[in-house]
Amino acid sequence: MKEYKYGFVTDIESETFSPGLNEQVVEQISEKKGEPSWMLDLRLKAYRHWKTMKEPRWAAVNYPQINYQDIHYFSKPVQAKKTVQSLDEVDPELIKTFERLGIPLSEQKRLSGVAVDAVFDSVSIMTTQKKTLEKHGVIFCSMSEAIQNHGDLVKKYMGTVVPYRDNFFAGLNQAVFTDGSFCFIPKNVRCPLDLSTYFRINQENTGQFERTLIIAEENSYVNYLEGCTAPMRDSNQLHAAVVELIALDSAEIKYSTVQNWYPGDSKGQGGIYNFVTKRGKCLGKKSKISWTQVEAGSAITWKYPSCLLQGDESVGAFYSVALTHDHMQADTGTKMIHIGKNTKSTIISKGISSGKACNSYRGLVRIMPKAKGARNYSQCDSMLVGDQSRANTFPSIDVQNEQGTVEHEASTCRVSEEQLLYLRSRGLDMESAVSLLVNGFCKEVFKRLPLEFSVEAVKLIEMKLENSIG
Amino acid sequence: MIQIENLFVKAGERSILKDLNLQINPGEVHSIMGPNGSGKSTLFKAVIGHPELSVSGKILYRNSADQQYENLLNKSPVDRALEGIFMAFQHPVEVPGVNNFNFLHTSFNAVCKHHGSAEMDEKEFLKFAESKLDLLGLDKKFLYHPLNEGLSGGEKKKNELFQMAVLSPTLSLLDELDSGLDIDSIKMLAESLKKMKNKQNAIVLITHYHRLLAEVKPDYVHVLVDGHIKETGDYSLALQVDQTGYDKWM
Repeated sequence: MKEYKYGFVTDIESETFSPGLNEQVVEQISEKKGEPSWMLDLRLKAYRHWKTMKEPRWAAVNYPQINYQDIHYFSKPVQAKKTVQSLDEVDPELIKTFERLGIPLSEQKRLSGVAVDAVFDSVSIMTTQKKTLEKHGVIFCSMSEAIQNHGDLVKKYMGTVVPYRDNFFAGLNQAVFTDGSFCFIPKNVRCPLDLSTYFRINQENTGQFERTLIIAEENSYVNYLEGCTAPMRDSNQLHAAVVELIALDSAEIKYSTVQNWYPGDSKGQGGIYNFVTKRGKCLGKKSKISWTQVEAGSAITWKYPSCLLQGDESVGAFYSVALTHDHMQADTGTKMIHIGKNTKSTIISKGISSGKACNSYRGLVRIMPKAKGARNYSQCDSMLVGDQSRANTFPSIDVQNEQGTVEHEASTCRVSEEQLLYLRSRGLDMESAVSLLVNGFCKEVFKRLPLEFSVEAVKLIEMKLENSIG
Repeated sequence: MIQIENLFVKAGERSILKDLNLQINPGEVHSIMGPNGSGKSTLFKAVIGHPELSVSGKILYRNSADQQYENLLNKSPVDRALEGIFMAFQHPVEVPGVNNFNFLHTSFNAVCKHHGSAEMDEKEFLKFAESKLDLLGLDKKFLYHPLNEGLSGGEKKKNELFQMAVLSPTLSLLDELDSGLDIDSIKMLAESLKKMKNKQNAIVLITHYHRLLAEVKPDYVHVLVDGHIKETGDYSLALQVDQTGYDKWM
């Protein structure tokens, strides 16, 4: 297997808590961040509730018991300050790290049209382009900063989409989250830049628990991108993030992820355990939320970006490509909960499984009694490469009124040696052959991604598949 | 163009071709005849480099008269294709989601690139591909169809012919390209092969039916039985086979 390109470790002095979790650790995290008491109260409530919960085991993934007392719950580079005003205040090692990851933070090298929040282990290093955004009234900052400076907004919305009682990992996250991104798009504003967060895990045995909250007020629009990588390590690392999106009347949020956490080596050693709760609430009339994800990393992926379609005529969408290779396991899908009238949702899921990997789609479409005229269209396709890979589809449909329409299509195909030989015998090298197959299969999802992201995603999937075929 | 010397081919433990020798020159049309399981398709697969065969002996090939002969055995199926070897598959595989046009365009440009000639953009290639469809009298629907997916047996064969016309290979190995075709289509196939044939290329046909041979009139006919070429002759040998079968060689 070709090397995982982002597998390097940054040698930097970090302040890291001893492993283990109890109320004192929760208090210490809150204290480190200088949080107001309401935030600490929320963390403690979540922690106490979490202690009564059991880790879910219903997903089609296998992994050894996680010992939550072995994990470091806080780690930050010693140099990192709470908020930086300019790049001069950021440790050059960190700037170098993000440059190596293709995320230049300096003014000259920055990607045009994108504002970046760079998160390293437990803390946000810096957020670029803040001034431009402020002019339009857009708030884009680290969650820590938002709790300090925009406490009223955070207090009003945090936990309204994913409450701490929702599930085991969401409960844990609410108790110990360390940072993440906060976005607020005011009424009638079309966000002038794409907003992007880049998550980097560096420290060994450290859990990463970020919390992202995006609020789009009436008639606003935002395009949000998320990327993630981690060093290659023999041990597994836990990543349990929560993302909440809220769209008010006629607002639109497009959320795209390219997830490339370290997946472990070819024998299944190491890799990130990715247990993530992402949910959007279409609170307002005619609001829209779409999730587009390319899941190409992690040893275990447990992730179901979902939409609560509460406002009448609101629209939810989920476009997903999930690739598993070697010993990776992915159990991913979505929930579309139709609450308001004439709500619509679309689900397009493409799973590619190669080597000894397992790839499952798990979805729920629920049409509530008052959601008259609700419609859903789901399409779930699986592609198997080689003869040892597996794919599952677990769709659930629950229609509680007679005026709802649900359509579901599913297919499975296997890439055979025969197909590859056929393409190669027409002069296509392995790269072009795989690229043709993958592009054909994933076209509908790739075309939803912002352009640069789409190019990256195509390359990423091709590279990973080539390794497992060739 | 191609010299096959002392070729032994095994599929797993089973010996299929045993000491086979064959020479093909530019401008020639050959036909290989033989009973089922005699090794005809295996011979083609060995020439294109099928990964599941173990092959020993020599397959010497050159794409044009000004080149040196090279042994193909060390070359990948991709390199052999780029050097002008084309096989029309007996059972073309379905490749869902891959559009015929994109596939052929990629393939065509790969060949151009290999020979250092100019690649075509989408627009130019569309024109070129349509001209080939016209030449063969084929429907334009072939262009944007997913590669072989859901096509009938006969349509798949026509799609192989279309690919051959687009790639204009030096050596074309046609494995039962006529089976599954109706009478009119076999005529069309024969006409098309005559149009594509020239002094620089060569065509080898595997067929069980006399009809195609009667139209194309091969220069050489080989009878392949039990992994050996038992007899080589001209077109009259094909007539003989058609009347008396293979008993004589078995």
